[in-house]
Amino acid sequence: MITVRDLAKHYRVHERAPGMANALRSLFHRKYKTVRAVDGVSFEIGAGERVGFLGPNGAGKTTTLKVLSGLLHPTGGEVRVDGHIPQTRERAFLEKITLVMGQKQQLIWDLPPAETFELNRAIYGVSPADFRETISELTTLLELEELVKKPTRELSLGERMKCELAAALVHRPRVLFLDEPTIGLDVSMQVVIRDFIKRYNERWNATLILTSHYMDDVAALCPRVIVIDKGKLSFDGSLTDLVQRIRPEKRVVLRFDRAVSASEVEMFGKVVERTELSATLQVAQDAVREAVSGALARLPVADLTVESPPLEEVMSELFARSRSEREASA
Amino acid sequence: MSVSASSLPRALSALPAMARVGFAEAVAYRAEMLIWILSTSMPLVMMPLWLAVTRGGPVQGMSSSDVVAYFLATFIARQLTSCWVSWQINWEVRQGTLAMRLLRPIPPIFAFMVEHVTALPIRLVIAMPLTVTLLVVLAGDKLPHTLALWALTLLSLAGAWTLTFFVQVAIGALSLFLQSSIRVMDVWFAGYMVFSGYLIPLRMFPTWVRDVIDWLPFRYQIGVPVELMTSAHALPEALGLVARQWGFALLALTVAWLVWRRGVARFSAYGG
Repeated sequence: MITVRDLAKHYRVHERAPGMANALRSLFHRKYKTVRAVDGVSFEIGAGERVGFLGPNGAGKTTTLKVLSGLLHPTGGEVRVDGHIPQTRERAFLEKITLVMGQKQQLIWDLPPAETFELNRAIYGVSPADFRETISELTTLLELEELVKKPTRELSLGERMKCELAAALVHRPRVLFLDEPTIGLDVSMQVVIRDFIKRYNERWNATLILTSHYMDDVAALCPRVIVIDKGKLSFDGSLTDLVQRIRPEKRVVLRFDRAVSASEVEMFGKVVERTELSATLQVAQDAVREAVSGALARLPVADLTVESPPLEEVMSELFARSRSEREASA
Repeated sequence: MSVSASSLPRALSALPAMARVGFAEAVAYRAEMLIWILSTSMPLVMMPLWLAVTRGGPVQGMSSSDVVAYFLATFIARQLTSCWVSWQINWEVRQGTLAMRLLRPIPPIFAFMVEHVTALPIRLVIAMPLTVTLLVVLAGDKLPHTLALWALTLLSLAGAWTLTFFVQVAIGALSLFLQSSIRVMDVWFAGYMVFSGYLIPLRMFPTWVRDVIDWLPFRYQIGVPVELMTSAHALPEALGLVARQWGFALLALTVAWLVWRRGVARFSAYGG
């Protein structure tokens, strides 16, 4: 469905130091630097896959999405989306895709979302029967009934995002590019959006590429992740493999009936967090069984859970490693 | 095939819905529309000034009644031919919302055009009745006397709108190359203010300046429709002016299309 080979997108950016003298100097002598937003990225994504794009700010995730959706022309490399070259923006291509950006909106600000839905119906040439069916389905799944007739400006951020998603899906796209679709939303709204996206993917076998800073989005939606850092691909595989590679240890979380000292818990693993009545231990995967049975036998355990390390931690360690590798090679 | 070429039939079939939504949007922005109308009412301010100038007798062949007819016609032409697409493109480029427009399978310039045309009726409803009545009552004898001249007047109004729209698209699309093209629009607007006949009837200029103005696009943005509306030209001369006006409109369309096409290829709102 999506093939990317050696994708590069470079920008020439004007650079100057602050101050009046530098401002005047830049009138006559401008300095430019080349920003390599994406630099030699390759991957393939099959139909119906759900893939998360991860990376720190400025890693090149959004740039890659914009190239894939045809908004940006690549500096180099080759991109195909369902056989189309995105930047030619053929009508057939644009009818198959949608791009939802959490920080940009297509809803008409002063009109109710229903007007944008109708406009998109006409623009994408959706038949009235299909439109009615799609809208009725979207209205039920996203609980839009009360929202679509209010002017967009009067909707909350979460309500707007639900309507944005509906507007983006009126033409039933087969490829969804989602750039931070849950940004700024409260936890319950994030869950609603995630569930909806997953259902859409399963119902229509739509291919989905998601960027998000919320690791919960990625964990809930994306069995596969592609990590981009400083424009380069640093990981492509399953989320489980990524966690395994970066943080193979497990977390054993203990709650106690009575106060327990540090020396009593230290013997079962590395203490990550501790109070008198609780402790979180980091334990190598092959030592989990031993640590758990030991803790249960020797400590006053009221509750015990074994967890993977938080994804945020995994990601921050991954990015820290990439940075130090780059510094070492420099 | 690019989106521009292959999607025109789809765009045409979407036209009724686009027009309906465009009109609904214009109605929703009625307060802004009223302010816009007020901001384009300079001809009504200029009228008493020029009436004071012509009080002692005709100046360059322009009497007081000519002044009244001229500036009422200018106000009407301005309402029918003005648009703000240049500012809109600049805004959308800077905000990155142009991306949402580019993702739709219809030519973006066509979408802009529909939005601006559909804003016209509400402006007509608000601004026209009183002005047209005044023009008919105070200077009815200056209006065209033949059907052909009326047809040419309407054609020149359409030409003026088309020319203005594509000039603004071309300048707006420069924001895809520059940090902002608002200053370029300001420069153009300064030329328009002086050389279009908007504030100063062109017959007030010396002949050699008028000869130069004839070869600039500004006169065709408002001066020509006003001149035709006030019967300043006989049919053969009017035909020539309208032909030249549409020539300028075609040139503006070509330049706008080229700048837009190249600009969109280098659209570089990177990051979020």
